[in-house]
Amino acid sequence: MQKQHIRDSAVFLTGGSRGLGRALALELGRAGARLVLMAREPEPLEAVVAEIRAEGGEAHALPADIGDVARATEIAGRAAALVGGLDVAIHNASSLGPVPMPPLLDTPPRDLARVFEVNLFGPFAVTRAIAGSMLVRGGGTVVNISSDAAVGAYPQWGAYGASKAALDHMTRTWAAEWEGTPVRFFSVDPGEMDTRMHADAIPDADPATLARPADVARAILAMLGDATRAPSGARLVASAWEVAR
Amino acid sequence: MRAQSMPRTDPREERMLVVDPQGRVPRDAAIGDLPVFLNAGDVLVVNDAATVPASLECTAPAGLEVRLLARDEDGSWSAVLFGAGDWRTDTDERPAPRHLEAGELLEFGALAASVVTVSDVSPRLVRLRFDRDDVALWRALYAHGKPVQYSYLEREFALARFQTAYAARPWAVEMPSAGRPLRGALLVELARAGVEIVALTHAAGLSATGDPSIDALLPVPEHYEIPPRTVETVGRARDCGARVVAVGTTVVRALEGCVVTHGELRAGADSTDLLVGPGFEPQVVDGLLSGMHAPGESHYRLLAAFAPDSLLLQAHAHAASAGYVAHEFGDSLLVLPGADSVSRPRRDSRAG
Repeated sequence: MQKQHIRDSAVFLTGGSRGLGRALALELGRAGARLVLMAREPEPLEAVVAEIRAEGGEAHALPADIGDVARATEIAGRAAALVGGLDVAIHNASSLGPVPMPPLLDTPPRDLARVFEVNLFGPFAVTRAIAGSMLVRGGGTVVNISSDAAVGAYPQWGAYGASKAALDHMTRTWAAEWEGTPVRFFSVDPGEMDTRMHADAIPDADPATLARPADVARAILAMLGDATRAPSGARLVASAWEVAR
Repeated sequence: MRAQSMPRTDPREERMLVVDPQGRVPRDAAIGDLPVFLNAGDVLVVNDAATVPASLECTAPAGLEVRLLARDEDGSWSAVLFGAGDWRTDTDERPAPRHLEAGELLEFGALAASVVTVSDVSPRLVRLRFDRDDVALWRALYAHGKPVQYSYLEREFALARFQTAYAARPWAVEMPSAGRPLRGALLVELARAGVEIVALTHAAGLSATGDPSIDALLPVPEHYEIPPRTVETVGRARDCGARVVAVGTTVVRALEGCVVTHGELRAGADSTDLLVGPGFEPQVVDGLLSGMHAPGESHYRLLAAFAPDSLLLQAHAHAASAGYVAHEFGDSLLVLPGADSVSRPRRDSRAG
């Protein structure tokens, strides 16, 4: 199996303007990746791009909503126009749904649908638009950012948890369908991090108990760089990886 | 041959007519049979250019459609102008647009372009410069542009329908359609069977303009880029006697054009206006997967470099009488040395 070399790789990352996405973008930029960062709001995204460029890295902003699945062809085309065919795609942008997070009984169906659009359908549509390109160029890696809520049944996390469980299963199915090719698919559970998303979900959490996004980003990069450790379709837990290193 | 007016639901049942250049009779098969005809170690070279939404409706002046032809290195675009109407009218019957002058401004909704030059060859061939840089321009093209399509199609289709399964950089103003039948399941099956699938990027141009003086210029020099992995893989195949199969005429022109220009296949970017026809001796390509084209079209003439004319005429006559369908959503033709040594396709041959 091949290692995923980050230097000079074309990397597509959603949710790149804050939290784990921003931390990943900065680490990838430092590792020499050629980045396309996507998020809905242009200004915070441009700020991260500027930060990466100031450190000598290559990054481009692609403001768009991953939940708008009709734009997947456009997103793939514009990303390739910027950095060429993609080597790595990291589906990190996530929606919690309404906050404070309601139990399922109080979750309007359209809010569930929106969570699934961002967390599942968008990543699915973009992966469809790029996986073939990875195959004909010799390989690539698709990373779907997951959550412990995909595994544990936590009250008030119904919509988000279901979408991440579905994303995890889709990762495994992609891997099964593409087995025997150099295109690989992973789910990554980053663990609980000190981010705005976490604060939105659990406002009274103690930040001292939460991982720093920069540390998790480094662990994820290490996992990407040493992909021989895990078969395609594996669900990787960042905290366990850190411990194993 | 009838035009296929819309995409078909099961791509693996799309037909493929197989011609062995040393053979005597073309054979009916399906695109899903491709893994049977190719051996482990054979190389399939695809054009991974994504299709640009190259048709732009002018909002001011009205009654004008612009179809992008090629992007130049200085960021300007050559384009062909069409008059009133749209793709539903046969290209040859579109009325001529009014003449434009250098310096005129064209508006496509919020996007604008100025006319840099009008060609001496035809007032319908112009060079345009858009009002924004490349990054902003791509966003605007995807918002305002539509894929080029033709009147034999049943209805308007979204851009995603005009993409191959492996498309990456938006370099092609029309879909490199020979590779359209190579959908995900078939690509994975071929890869698992040990067929080496590699890519190059070629800026496929417009296939028709409705203006004979512009058509006489086609193909204009078209950019291509061949990555190192493709050069290495093709080299290994030729060294061990495996076959190199080009998916589409753009791939033939890029690979053979590179050898004509540089004396060898080498990685890098260049442009080619190579026209391949009878008498051309391919240096790299052994076989070809393409769509169905009629005698007289330039695509058809290219086939004559790979198989005897008599066999191609026989194949075309058979395709027409057997109900094969043409154009970008149509059936395929595989010209492959050694194809006749394959005993039978997996799927039943359609009635011939």
